[in-house]
Amino acid sequence: MNPTSYEPASGYNFAYLDEQTKRMIRRAILKAIAIPGYQVPFASREMPMPYGWGTGGVQVTAAILGPQDVLKVIDQGSDDTTNAVSIRNFFRKTAGVAVTTRTADASIIQTRHRIPETQLSAGQVLVYQVPIPEPLRFLEPRETETRKLHALGEYGLMYVKLYEDIARNGHIATTYAYPVEVAGRYVMDPSPIPKFDNPRMHDMAALQLFGAGREKRIYAVPPHTSVRSLDFTDHPFTPQVFTEPCALCAARGVYLDEVILDDRGQRMFVCSDTDFCEERRASGHRGHLLGEAPAALSGQPAQQEAC
Amino acid sequence: MSGLHDQDEVPLLAVRGLAKYYGARRGCANVSFDLHQGEVLAIVGESGSGKSTLLNLIAAELEPDAGSVAYRLRSGETRDLFGMGEAERRLLFRTDWGFVRQDAAQGLRMGVSAGGNVGERLMMTGARCYGDIRATAGDWLERVEIDPRRIDDGPRQFSGGMRQRLQIARNLVTRPRLVLMDEPTSGLDVSVQARLLDLIRNLVADLGLAVIIVTHDLAVARLLSHRMMVMKGGAVIEEGLTDRVLDDPQHPYSQLLVSSVLAA
Repeated sequence: MNPTSYEPASGYNFAYLDEQTKRMIRRAILKAIAIPGYQVPFASREMPMPYGWGTGGVQVTAAILGPQDVLKVIDQGSDDTTNAVSIRNFFRKTAGVAVTTRTADASIIQTRHRIPETQLSAGQVLVYQVPIPEPLRFLEPRETETRKLHALGEYGLMYVKLYEDIARNGHIATTYAYPVEVAGRYVMDPSPIPKFDNPRMHDMAALQLFGAGREKRIYAVPPHTSVRSLDFTDHPFTPQVFTEPCALCAARGVYLDEVILDDRGQRMFVCSDTDFCEERRASGHRGHLLGEAPAALSGQPAQQEAC
Repeated sequence: MSGLHDQDEVPLLAVRGLAKYYGARRGCANVSFDLHQGEVLAIVGESGSGKSTLLNLIAAELEPDAGSVAYRLRSGETRDLFGMGEAERRLLFRTDWGFVRQDAAQGLRMGVSAGGNVGERLMMTGARCYGDIRATAGDWLERVEIDPRRIDDGPRQFSGGMRQRLQIARNLVTRPRLVLMDEPTSGLDVSVQARLLDLIRNLVADLGLAVIIVTHDLAVARLLSHRMMVMKGGAVIEEGLTDRVLDDPQHPYSQLLVSSVLAA
């Protein structure tokens, strides 16, 4: 899909939120960028979508969106799931901005649970939707206490969780929302991205913003900031490894989704980043299942019903 | 018991004129004492006498209305507890101090395995090698007479006595010099109590711990402590060597307390 712009719906302020709210959110974002990994409280608004559907990410996007921006929205790496399509349409209607599915063309990428495979460059902004921003939440239920632990940099508790993981499973079994230490100071929940994506947050050229609507928190990782996944010296952090390549585009070293093909145990592994997969196929890469894959997965109909 | 110390030595803990009021009601007032390294002090008194208030003041969990608590750090420097920053105080409490609570559920992380409970302080102070943490936790479980094979069991699967012993291991793993104990044996049946007291007595002697133990049980005070303080209505009414206070109480209330112990 090429970047195209639309006439915005009348009766709404640009990008839905009123200007005072956007100013308030921008102030929170600036503070978050100034203190990498620190959770800044903000007066989260009711959005025309339920909590858990990305109200935090949408508010951050609305606050930073300008008329010249090109927006991409993904959900689990995919551009065409309900959540991604709805949010993309929301901003197309209320802001009239150009939308795209191509990672390289986008200036703002709102995401749920993934970082795009294509390396992001300076000037791009990645906005994460965050359900629970507090990495210590399930270990320490008191908000007063978790704030104190952050303030004093006491993160022993986070290691207790990793210890329990190893004691129970023999290895660190946390595979998503894997805690990271940002800029050598704050421990942060990277939102439920697979730990596969953790190393890619480190030293990223793009700005990373995190919005949690229900929990009313915004935090950020500025460009080229160190992001380290917590681990033990004798149980180092290891991202997931896939033995086979993508069945459609033969890509290796990318995050794959498992797709069940029938009720006899047949399955395939395909790129979770649909845009990345489509681009590879367009440039001639062919996975071993491309010919026989269901039409919806091979890419053809998706191009016809582009939104 | 070897409670003797050099009189010239600077005390480990010096409490002066400590007072806490809950509105107009007195929690405790004008409490002063010294505690030297390796010394065990028992605070006895009936419910509501202010002994837990006093312990919580010393642990800086309550803000005092008057008075000071000075502690001699490992470096030899003596510092006022309430003059310290919170970060420094918390670091001190999780390295050099321990707090064994009456209710093990408050002193332990109930959702975390025994090994994790014991290892927490190590991880809090920068241990980052899983193998070492686990080995140390196993050693300490053994020292408090918990089968090391139960290292991955949670406190919920432990009996009351085991929970208390686990709490002790969790506190002693960083080799503190001062341990506060709030009724560590109440709520346990008599034989378990005896074993726990025996364990505490040995650990205190082995590690040269200074201990402040709050109890309403005079037998516990007799067994463990070198010195004792009797509290009533928020004030210390009698203080002295444990055997002296128990065998020859001076204050009428102490006499009443000692005489009201049931003989088996």
